[in-house]
Amino acid sequence: MKQNPLSFQLNLNPEDFLPATEEEKQSQIIMRESVSFWKDGMRRLMKNKVAMTSLVVIIIVMIFSFIVPMFYPYSYKEQIKGANNLAPMEYSAEEQARIDAGEKVFPHIFGTDKMGRDYAIRVMMGSRISLLVGLIATGIILIIGSIYGSVAAFFGGWVDLIMMRVVDIIYTIPDILLIVLLSFALKAPLGTLATVPGFGWVNIVGENLISIFVVFALLYWVGMARMVRSQILMLKESEYVTAARALGVKSSTIIRKHLLTNCIGTLIVTTTLQIPSSIFTESFLSFLGMGVAVPLPSLGSLASDAINGMNTYPYLLFIPALLISLIILSFNLLGDGLRDAFDPKLKN
Amino acid sequence: MLKYIVKRVFLEIVTIWAVATITFFLMNMVPGGPFLSEKAISPAATAALEAKYGLDKPLFQRYLTYMIDAAHGDFGDSLKQRGRTVMDIILMKFPVSAKVGGISVLVSLLLGIPLGCIAALKRGKFLDSLISVVATCGIAVPSFVICTVLMYTLGVNLKLLPTMGLSSWKNYIMPVMALSFYPTAYIMRLMRSSMLDVLGQDYMRTAKAKGLAGHVILFKHALRNAILPVVTYVGPMLAYTLTGSFVVEKIFTIPGLGGEFIGAINGRDYTLIMGTTIFLATLIIIMNVVVDIVYKLVDPRIKLK
Amino acid sequence: MAEYLVDIKNERLSFFTPAGEVKALNDVSIRLKEGEVLGIVGESGSGKSVTAYSLMGLTAHPGKLLGGTLEFNGHHIETMTEKEMCKIRGNEVSIIFQDPMTSLNPVYTIGNQIMEVILLHTDKNKQQAKERAKELLELVGINEPEKRLKQYPHELSGGMRQRVMIAIALACEPKLLIADEPTTALDVTIQAQILELMMELKEKLGMAIIMITHDLGVVASMCERIAVMYAGRIIEYGTTEDIFYNPKHQYTKGLIRSIPRLDTKEHERLVPIEGTPVDLLNPPKGCPFAPRCEACMKICLREMPPVTNFGEVHYTQCWLNQKEEMEKGAAK
Repeated sequence: MKQNPLSFQLNLNPEDFLPATEEEKQSQIIMRESVSFWKDGMRRLMKNKVAMTSLVVIIIVMIFSFIVPMFYPYSYKEQIKGANNLAPMEYSAEEQARIDAGEKVFPHIFGTDKMGRDYAIRVMMGSRISLLVGLIATGIILIIGSIYGSVAAFFGGWVDLIMMRVVDIIYTIPDILLIVLLSFALKAPLGTLATVPGFGWVNIVGENLISIFVVFALLYWVGMARMVRSQILMLKESEYVTAARALGVKSSTIIRKHLLTNCIGTLIVTTTLQIPSSIFTESFLSFLGMGVAVPLPSLGSLASDAINGMNTYPYLLFIPALLISLIILSFNLLGDGLRDAFDPKLKN
Repeated sequence: MLKYIVKRVFLEIVTIWAVATITFFLMNMVPGGPFLSEKAISPAATAALEAKYGLDKPLFQRYLTYMIDAAHGDFGDSLKQRGRTVMDIILMKFPVSAKVGGISVLVSLLLGIPLGCIAALKRGKFLDSLISVVATCGIAVPSFVICTVLMYTLGVNLKLLPTMGLSSWKNYIMPVMALSFYPTAYIMRLMRSSMLDVLGQDYMRTAKAKGLAGHVILFKHALRNAILPVVTYVGPMLAYTLTGSFVVEKIFTIPGLGGEFIGAINGRDYTLIMGTTIFLATLIIIMNVVVDIVYKLVDPRIKLK
Repeated sequence: MAEYLVDIKNERLSFFTPAGEVKALNDVSIRLKEGEVLGIVGESGSGKSVTAYSLMGLTAHPGKLLGGTLEFNGHHIETMTEKEMCKIRGNEVSIIFQDPMTSLNPVYTIGNQIMEVILLHTDKNKQQAKERAKELLELVGINEPEKRLKQYPHELSGGMRQRVMIAIALACEPKLLIADEPTTALDVTIQAQILELMMELKEKLGMAIIMITHDLGVVASMCERIAVMYAGRIIEYGTTEDIFYNPKHQYTKGLIRSIPRLDTKEHERLVPIEGTPVDLLNPPKGCPFAPRCEACMKICLREMPPVTNFGEVHYTQCWLNQKEEMEKGAAK
């Protein structure tokens, strides 16, 4: 600690003690670039290898479910004669004959099912349905849940009490009961609706699929509503909202500028984690035979159909089962990554 | 405390009433009836049966009759399983489901809590990554997939375990594994993140500064705070698991309440649907109240309102 | 018995964050005798708390001690195992944290949390520990100790909780008390009470205190020695008189000019120190304060200034003093 200043081994010139200019001083300041919330989050997300891998997996699955079927030589409902229960990469007798004749036949990568339908395209269509259900149902949940939750939280008092009681009641009704009853109850009205001009799309989408969406819309928003409500209640108490109020900022501006922007990180994360949960539920419903209508496949119904033949054709079960798990896993990991990236609480 | 319980019981009775009402009308809105599927029965016989169970009366009158009876604890006879009351069926099937479910919940708590803690304590290390990966995979695999995979490998191929019924302890292994898979993974994740949150709290630093040993800090100061989210999750989960998972019961042919309920819905066994719904709703609500009280015991800051 | 109770020599400590190495402490040396009060002042992030925590072996996760020796009461902290540290913490050295609202465990009673440390470090049984806890609460000026022991932290006010924290810290009559901004989170009136209490207890129990604060007023009234920290370095060290009446570093001078004084004339403005602290991820080559320094010279930007001593204790690291020395030399 004690050092003789004069013994200091340094050649000092008088010029060294001239005042430094402002530019010289400024050049020394290496500021860390200030980054916005979004940029910072995105940067962290990009660095997260697991999340990025999951994103790539999701994109690949999406390409296979939405784009590849357009060019695929087989259709999901086409029953190929004599091609029942083929093993993966196996050809039917007729196809073998055509190959022998020098014709090119596209292989059945995953074999065929017991009705002679190419399993690969069915799996692709199945994951298309599962993804669609996951995304659309989550969209519905997000809209209903966040509006309901924020209204309850913002008005508070009696409104909040009654609205949250309704949430409790919906939460308490066994969901399986509502799902089954609703899907039966909706069949007739939807059938009638399909005959009305302009609503022909109902038939294309399928009554069951629509009732699944309705069920999600009616049932599964409660979790989202609770989350949004507690988030907004917390933010409402925060000092910057009080400060904004004191400054005379309009309620609508407070909601938009302060509450929403602060909720959005949590909302994104919850939404991403809701997608796998929706897919999960759909596959469960399809497994129970309450999901999409035949011949449209979903991953759940494919797995369910394959259970009976599990001992002889295990791949028919394992392929869709594996794919469901992979999709859910990827969304979960992406959601985790998003949370790590955008949840300011977890910074550092 | 007493005032709270009285108020809470009143509120919950209202909730159960609302659930019962919604179920009753929704159930009757759905096309079909309990006696339509039985082909052998003539229209006259169907009418007679309907008259016997009062199904020919106006809907609202039936509703009133049912609610009054239910309030007296009479849930009626099953419409499909002749000669048995709804209560009999529930009391016969519930213990079966509850036993499998109870063991599963216990297994998931005993595995999930310690593993979640370990992951949090070893944050960023290999063990943490391993546990996190297993947990994330665990919540990504639907229960029917687990059931069928277990069935296929342990039951059918290796012939290690029986695939149906509940005759010996061996029968319990696969259903319990299937049922506890998701909750275990979920509790692990919950425990990990809440433990990480608690470990970052200032009072943990205080505990360390007092000179307490690592295990005392963990068990005394961290665990009690970190367990709260798990308590919240386990309450309703316990109610659902005890009443039986339909999928697991279907695949392993377990004669439990879950399977019975789906059967009742599909067969439009109105009284059994109502009875089971009210039973399940009551169980969930009781669990919620228990959770709130446990919460109060663990965290003195919580005020019961 | 060593000459000093605390003897930190050339401590270097870094935090290895994902963004890079943050050099939190560079060549920090501190000496403290028994019963002395040392104030460490500096802005947020200057390394005040890190220095104190490292003395208790409480360095947070990505932090690593890279060099130097830390001696306390004859122990070599830097070589001790966690188990050995546990015997010292709360016993020979205690700490009071900044925020009493979050520093007590919300799920245990005050009594439980005070008795815990007594039971851990002494042979007292539960009943004796309870008596001692009551005594401690009285000592820190809490009325109705019997009742308070059964209360939970959320039932007490901030000032009360800080008193409880002090009671916990003093439970085993430590040789050294580290107070990490003990009054920052409290109301001004409560602040004065807490500081007064600390001084009173110091007189009674004769322990040494390291007072970490950014409030120069606090150190002026309490401390015998002051260390001014900037960017992980002690840039000036001296007795309270040295620092307040004869500051040698531009930063210290700036700090003192920024304190409101009774004799400040009306309309006269306080002089703030312009600019922001350096980023310790990319510390500058020269004096860390140079970019904000009014008297910055070319050399300041190139080289870290050497230590200049003024008398027995007072020293600083500033090129201006070197310049003076050189001019003096040239004049001779």
